Amino acid sequence: MAPLATDVSAYLARRARWSPLEIAFWMFAFATIWLFPGKHLILTETAILALFALSLDLILGYAGIISLGQAAFFGFAGYFSGLIAKYSIVNEPVVALILSGLVAAALGFVTSFLVLRGSDLTRLMVTLGVSLILGEIANRYSNITGGADGLQGVSIAPILGMFRFDLFGHTGYTYCLIVLFVCFVIARRIVYSPFGLSLRAVKGNTLRASAIGIPVNGRLIAIYTVSAGFAGIAGGLLTQTTAFCSLDVFSLERSADLLLVLIIGGTGYLYGGLIGAVIYKFLQDWIASLTPQYWQFWIGFVLVVIVLVGRERIEAWTAALRAFIVRIGARMVTRQAAVDRAVPDGN
Amino acid sequence: MLTILFDGVAYGMLLFVLACGLSVTLGLMNFINLAHGAFAMAGGYCTVILVNRLGVPFALGLPIAFLVTAALGGLFERTLYVHVYGRSDLDQVLFTIGLVFMSVAAVDYVMGSSQQFVLIPRALQGQFIVYGVGMSKYRLLIILICGLLTVALQLMIAKTRFGSRLRAAVDDQRVARGLGINVGAVFTVTFAFGSGLAGLGGALGAEILGLDPTFPLKYLIYFLIVVTVGGTSSITGPFLASILLGIADVAGKYYVPKLGAFVIYTIMIAVLIWRPQGLFARGTAR
Repeated sequence: MAPLATDVSAYLARRARWSPLEIAFWMFAFATIWLFPGKHLILTETAILALFALSLDLILGYAGIISLGQAAFFGFAGYFSGLIAKYSIVNEPVVALILSGLVAAALGFVTSFLVLRGSDLTRLMVTLGVSLILGEIANRYSNITGGADGLQGVSIAPILGMFRFDLFGHTGYTYCLIVLFVCFVIARRIVYSPFGLSLRAVKGNTLRASAIGIPVNGRLIAIYTVSAGFAGIAGGLLTQTTAFCSLDVFSLERSADLLLVLIIGGTGYLYGGLIGAVIYKFLQDWIASLTPQYWQFWIGFVLVVIVLVGRERIEAWTAALRAFIVRIGARMVTRQAAVDRAVPDGN
Repeated sequence: MLTILFDGVAYGMLLFVLACGLSVTLGLMNFINLAHGAFAMAGGYCTVILVNRLGVPFALGLPIAFLVTAALGGLFERTLYVHVYGRSDLDQVLFTIGLVFMSVAAVDYVMGSSQQFVLIPRALQGQFIVYGVGMSKYRLLIILICGLLTVALQLMIAKTRFGSRLRAAVDDQRVARGLGINVGAVFTVTFAFGSGLAGLGGALGAEILGLDPTFPLKYLIYFLIVVTVGGTSSITGPFLASILLGIADVAGKYYVPKLGAFVIYTIMIAVLIWRPQGLFARGTAR
């Protein structure tokens, strides 16, 4: 028993180690603050989308729950953070952001009991239904939410009382990137923990997972709640950086686009959502500059083509590239180890 | 009160015609076709073009809409859908949502984004008054047509050879194949027919439901509710579910307009809580 436990913990520790490539990825991400100062507005949207996609990846890629209603948490927290800023209940953006994440997580916890029930189709229905209900509520109570005109008159206080949001999105982008990084680290910690490992077991085979003593429902509720919280933080970020919130945060298109983002980037590894968000945003920007009105057609087209070609086949095509990247990463690690050996401790 | 009931029944009948194709495809191939509404939209626009622009009589426009949409459905089934059966649910959802997006943008491009109206003949406008209950002639026509269709469908499924093949294929695909039933062909015909019915529903419903490029997205949830609540094992289930949904929606919008569509979503979630597995037991058991 004891050797097995050490093996498992060694395995987990090995997987959880930060590879040089990951460090390079994040260094580049933070370098974009100075590299592309003119692109900060679209980069802000990308960072928010990446966080949102990360939240979906937690339940889709790791727990295998298909959701068409992730926008429910996004929009709910978006309105929440907009309202508390508008009525000066909580002025400080960071505290407000944490609060909106918590509120969304609470909503996720409540609705998770609906999601546990039934087959995939029922899940689709329920998740979609929840976001539609929220959208309907936001539309009806227009005296609070502003209805179809959107929530206006939101003014966001400076972050930590020091950094004011500027017109070009410099502060906003830095803020979003830091939040994205913090959330990413938390998500990374979650999926590489024993808890994350048990989620993969649940996804692989629910019946066997429960047979080896994993409390399946409890695990699913927990990850759904966490994921809702992340989606809520993304929604709060959107409201804070744009100082605006409209009904389309609840739309089906938003959830569907999110699935596309994740499919482009690949599910089941945390960078999928991040890479997918970058590719999606640039694709959208490019197509929108070609046909401003009908870019949705091409988004649909990409979805259909991806499915017809087959996700597995696309993964096979990019396998060579990914193997190459992994090899470089591995070489960097071994070289690092060689350097460590060459320079013994105590110098 | 009775007028609401009447309108609700008409609405529900319409929903049934729109959604029954979906319930059959779902039951038969376990295929989640979120793009079903796109076929309904195609039927609606087909009628608009025929009746308003080319001056085809309304009574002729409806069957043509049915045929055109059925042909379209058959074509899509043979060329595109056939590659996606048996894939994971996620793939099916992505694929059909992609189709919805494409159809929405394409219709927007061709027909413009404004709402379209079908010119219905003068004879069908206005309403009868029976025992003080106002009944719109057009809605009466809808109930008549949809009622006849329902009976015809039921008879077709229960009495004909094709119907028994279809039922066999829904019950157990492998055994049906073993008995020499060409399940693929049965499915193509059913898919085309279901799409045709959706097209007919879209054509009839353009007046009541409204017709614009976002139609497939707007009514997607209604179709899904009908299918989820009604189940996929028979056509009576979806039929009852549609009538209930129609009445609940019309009554909800009339009595508590502030809540609007909220009523039906709540009902849906309540039903799913009440019978989480039961309504879909057949789908998950296998």
